[in-house]
Amino acid sequence: MFPKGTKRKFSDSGDEPAAGGEDVNQPSSVAVRMLSSYSLQRQSLLDMSLIKLQLCHMLVEPNLCRSVLIANTVRQIQEEMTQDGTWQIMTQALSAANAAAQCSADRLVATEVLCRQTEATQGEQVLKPFPAVGSEGCPAEEEEEVVVEEEGEGGPQPPTCQAPLAWTPAGKRKMDSRTAEQVFGTFEIKNPAPSPDPALEELFSDVDASYYDLDTVLTGMQSAPKMGPYDLLESLSSHGPSPLSSSTSCRSDLNELDHIMEIIVGS
Amino acid sequence: VRHEKGCKTQDSADIISTVEFNHSGELLATGDKGGRVVIFQQELESKNQPQCRGEYNVYSTFQSHEPEFDYLKSLEIEEKINKIRWLPQKNAAQFLLSTNDKTIKLWKISERDKRPEGYNLKEEDGRYRDPTTVTTLRVPVFQPMDLMVEASPRRVFANAHTYHINSISVNSDCETYLSADDLRINLWNLEITDRSFNIVDIKPVNMEELTEVITAAEFHPNQCNTFVYSSSKGTIRLCDMRASALCDQHSKLFEEPEDPSNRSFFSEIISSISDVKFSHSGRYMMTRDYLSVKIWDLNMESRPVETYQVHEYLRSKLCSLYENDCIFDKFECCWNGNDSVVMTGSYNNFFRMFDRGYRQDVTLEASRESSKPRSVLKPRKVCTGGKRKKDEISVDSLDFNKKILHTAWHPQDNIIAVATTNNLYIFQDKL
Repeated sequence: MFPKGTKRKFSDSGDEPAAGGEDVNQPSSVAVRMLSSYSLQRQSLLDMSLIKLQLCHMLVEPNLCRSVLIANTVRQIQEEMTQDGTWQIMTQALSAANAAAQCSADRLVATEVLCRQTEATQGEQVLKPFPAVGSEGCPAEEEEEVVVEEEGEGGPQPPTCQAPLAWTPAGKRKMDSRTAEQVFGTFEIKNPAPSPDPALEELFSDVDASYYDLDTVLTGMQSAPKMGPYDLLESLSSHGPSPLSSSTSCRSDLNELDHIMEIIVGS
Repeated sequence: VRHEKGCKTQDSADIISTVEFNHSGELLATGDKGGRVVIFQQELESKNQPQCRGEYNVYSTFQSHEPEFDYLKSLEIEEKINKIRWLPQKNAAQFLLSTNDKTIKLWKISERDKRPEGYNLKEEDGRYRDPTTVTTLRVPVFQPMDLMVEASPRRVFANAHTYHINSISVNSDCETYLSADDLRINLWNLEITDRSFNIVDIKPVNMEELTEVITAAEFHPNQCNTFVYSSSKGTIRLCDMRASALCDQHSKLFEEPEDPSNRSFFSEIISSISDVKFSHSGRYMMTRDYLSVKIWDLNMESRPVETYQVHEYLRSKLCSLYENDCIFDKFECCWNGNDSVVMTGSYNNFFRMFDRGYRQDVTLEASRESSKPRSVLKPRKVCTGGKRKKDEISVDSLDFNKKILHTAWHPQDNIIAVATTNNLYIFQDKL
């Protein structure tokens, strides 16, 4: 009936690093194991929720109610993880990974959460497949039995770090706003958001009104093409101050637009 | 326990998305994902079969909505019919409102069973007669013809909703109606299509702050100034249009405090209300959330007066149901004619009825195998744990693709319409 999850394997309490050393009261190994299990399931739920937010249907407007409910779930998990310190640990681990990849975490956030991935041009990490642990979804039975041990237990064990999610290490408020904006941004067109994503801004700053031609091109994918890609090429190259400089800027424009189209259509 | 008798099934190529009886119960309308409306009409009672009320047969079929494309957003607008609501009948013709995500249409359904014959200048096939051959004059008369049912769009109410329309509701004044999308509710006059009044707006200035959406709305059955709307956070707001033009301030807020022992990450999702319906009397309203049906007394905001568990055995499966998106399924609910029984759908083509007076409930199944025409429906039971008895079905065997989201109850008689994914079942009480 439900896709049965792969048997979850989490490390023994012995393999995990001891909690910080700040706390005198070491939790029992059973409690630690249960807490790890809960943390893993919570992480798995978080991952699942983020995937759901990303998988927006390209053609039909996504269901706003569903998106709001999922986003609220993400927020709840985030708040709980912040309270028990897991959040900070994870974001620190992530920023280390990000620094190695030499990308800005802000860009990563946009990549992960945007319905239409436009950041791949920057050569950044796209969402990695999640590891087998917990990727099949949490077995329902386990969830019932887990006892949540929080405040009294001291520093929780850091969860097995999953594939780098794109959290901005700047803190949860920022994450909230980015998530929500990216998710709900597509719904609001009447009053264009005054502060759109800077990465998106940059991407489209060179594109003039012919950006709307992109929509027409996309339209062309669905019904009789009103304007082919080569028309777009022509109209772009016709703008611009001088043939020489315009060709270079047009080329980068076209490259980016081509890439966007590839991603949107090809994915 | 009620006995039901299977009476009719109707195959449709498309997924049924709404079911609604008209005010007399003589007509039953269904809308589907392909934008079509199919109306069934109840036959007059036959003398041959006094124990069976008239059967429902197809009366009219028409294409209500077509797929559209929003060029500004580069997104398709689905033609799926989200809701149908009938207007009370005023003359020979019938009127209904049907809506997709963006546009509401008023349809007139009229019968033609006579046609004029005996023109002086025209032959019966329409050719003009040679005037020189006309020697006498006659008065054209109406002659009977085969019944023809025509559906024609009389009004199109468009361009008033940025978000997806989830509800329409005709006011008891029969002049106005409301339409609700995720964030706004508009009030229309049935005669005027180029204007609507916005009466509820919960859109935050900053969309980043959006945490709650409108899920359903309905006018009070007798008080033309009162309506309710439900939210994704499990609240219901009752509004009085006399209080102010913009009803952002509710008159009453109905919300049940959360049970802390049941709290999980899914608590909010399962509290989201998928349907709200006033009782025929107007004294109560019913709400449907993922696991239960609740009856509220309009005079008591603090908690419902009755709560019925639809499929409590799913509570331990919420994570899986979240994963396969079933947790977002929107089940509807309905009252019977005298508000004594309520009904709602579930999975595995099961539907549930709760008798408020006798405190009994029953689970029935709408499927070909279990409902031969003229046979009595057998109550079903889901085994929640331990040994499975004969004829019980275990939770893990339930088919979550077979969901009954839409049900309707005849306004007077014990006749119900139950929509599975592709089929419509009509059951009636054994007399």
